[in-house]
Amino acid sequence: MLELTLVPFLEAAVRTATPLAFAALGELVAERAGVINLGLEGMIIAGCLGGAAAAVIGGTAFGFVGAAMAGLIMALVFAVFVVRVGTDQIITGTALTVLGLGVTGSIYHLWPALAGSGASLPTTGTLTLPVLSEIPLVGRALFAQPWPTYALYALVPTLVWWLSRTHAGLGLRAVGERPAAAAAAGLSPRRIQFAAICFSGVMGGLCGGTLVLAQVGSFNEGMSAGRGFIAIAIVVLGRWTPWGTAGAALVFGGAFAFQYLAQSLGLGWPYQLFLAMPYVLTLILLAAQGGRAVAPAHLGR
Amino acid sequence: MEALLAFWDGAAGSSYAVWSATLVRATPLLLVGLAVAVAFRAGVLNIGAEGQLMLGAIAASGVALGFPTWPALLVVPAMVLAGALGGALWAGIAAWLRHRFGVLEVISTIMLNFVAAALISWMVRGPLQEPTQVYPMSVAFSESARWPFLLSGQRTHLGLVLGLIAAVALWVVLQRSAAGFRVRAIGAGATAAESAGGVDARRLTWRVFVVSGALAGLAGASEVGGVTWALYEGISPGYGYTAIAVALLARLDPRGVVVTALFFGALEAGGASMQRNAGVPAVTVQIIIATVLLVVLATARWRAQRRAAVLT
Repeated sequence: MLELTLVPFLEAAVRTATPLAFAALGELVAERAGVINLGLEGMIIAGCLGGAAAAVIGGTAFGFVGAAMAGLIMALVFAVFVVRVGTDQIITGTALTVLGLGVTGSIYHLWPALAGSGASLPTTGTLTLPVLSEIPLVGRALFAQPWPTYALYALVPTLVWWLSRTHAGLGLRAVGERPAAAAAAGLSPRRIQFAAICFSGVMGGLCGGTLVLAQVGSFNEGMSAGRGFIAIAIVVLGRWTPWGTAGAALVFGGAFAFQYLAQSLGLGWPYQLFLAMPYVLTLILLAAQGGRAVAPAHLGR
Repeated sequence: MEALLAFWDGAAGSSYAVWSATLVRATPLLLVGLAVAVAFRAGVLNIGAEGQLMLGAIAASGVALGFPTWPALLVVPAMVLAGALGGALWAGIAAWLRHRFGVLEVISTIMLNFVAAALISWMVRGPLQEPTQVYPMSVAFSESARWPFLLSGQRTHLGLVLGLIAAVALWVVLQRSAAGFRVRAIGAGATAAESAGGVDARRLTWRVFVVSGALAGLAGASEVGGVTWALYEGISPGYGYTAIAVALLARLDPRGVVVTALFFGALEAGGASMQRNAGVPAVTVQIIIATVLLVVLATARWRAQRRAAVLT
């Protein structure tokens, strides 16, 4: 009985956590460089559309390239305004989110074929790893997933190493803490922030690509559904570390997946309760953390 | 070209377009724009006007549906009050989370927007659903709970008057009173205002949250009372987000918000007309809104740089 409900729940939790983790890890890098990217939501929805459009033309792999490119284009706009012109990060980010939702929504209505509606999108199947997937309880959840999940397993330790062991990573963190000191040490804070924003855009795009090409299988207007904002909260909950961020993303995957569990358990609660749950959970966890986690000193300025 | 014509027809081409489309759309934008303006003035980044508006709509609907036999003179003010209270309560949660637990209001208000959307979705399928339980909406309000129109045959309603009163009141308070000076002071720098000006920043930001939420909630009450006469799920097509552009374009000045709300109201009305008559999706208006925001941000920045260059 436990096996029957828990295994699908864990599988769903990891599956829903995967796009969130992509976006959150991108946001993490931007924030460690001192930039809060509130335009992430816009980059994700751009990635959804770019992924769907490219997948129609050139298959799944090309779809992910298109998703990353779409996220990158949005990030370039954000970076030019925030880093070059020096506009307020929060408000510029909000504008980028509105822009992303507006552009993708318009394309979806005006040229539905471009958004891949009507066409059947090629999607990544589940890649079941032999032996590992037979571990009881967590085997299928961790090792019977579409391949983007496995890419994350490599990305998280790489990011840990990169942020703590490489010159570039240390430089990026210096820019987030004390840009003046970083500049005095011969680094270019602007260039580093520009690059960090571009990375977060690519990751946001990949979040959208994963959503379309590994989960839903089609583009829908507004399908990002606030994942960009949740990813920002995930970074705070993960205390600005890659492992913490990945863990927090998994908690959220669980919150989203809980509705499947509740269905299979036959709980008669109104479904809006489950809709609201991830957001309420964010607030509760952030409150429990009590603002104790230390943000990069120069974040948002 | 066809789209532009449809846009003009819908936004300003006739007295009906002005009084029944543009001004009706400008009304919630005015109230929510003021909500954002007062918050941003004090450095409170309230991105949650959307959710506060929804709570105001729920609360006002609750009053309208709960007391259908009350005369208009009683039920309309009660709806105004309930709407403001609902919005203030929702903003109060964010204020409490910030002061008690150090949760950034940028994140908490956005999260509360999603919770509010789920709440309204539950309301129109649960406690406030119409009795046949087929449609996700409440039953239509009784005559007395429908807010009066300003002109016969036109749809502009009492909400616009409330918005204009709020704009004047807010301008007087912000520009002409000591409390307004303190709000602007903490917006410019909370630490400096506390140490040099003896301002209780904590208490003041609490009040700013509440006033901002109340204004947004009022917009929700005005929508259900003046426009829809029932509670729907899609009560706001993102007014709370557009409001950020409304407030910023007005440079957070309440007088300016009156003008920019009208501008964005015309955009929304024209956009809706483009969708009806030229097949251009209304969501396209969001591209214009985002572009306006980015241009305003960049020009404000360039102007500030030029001023700095002149001074040095």
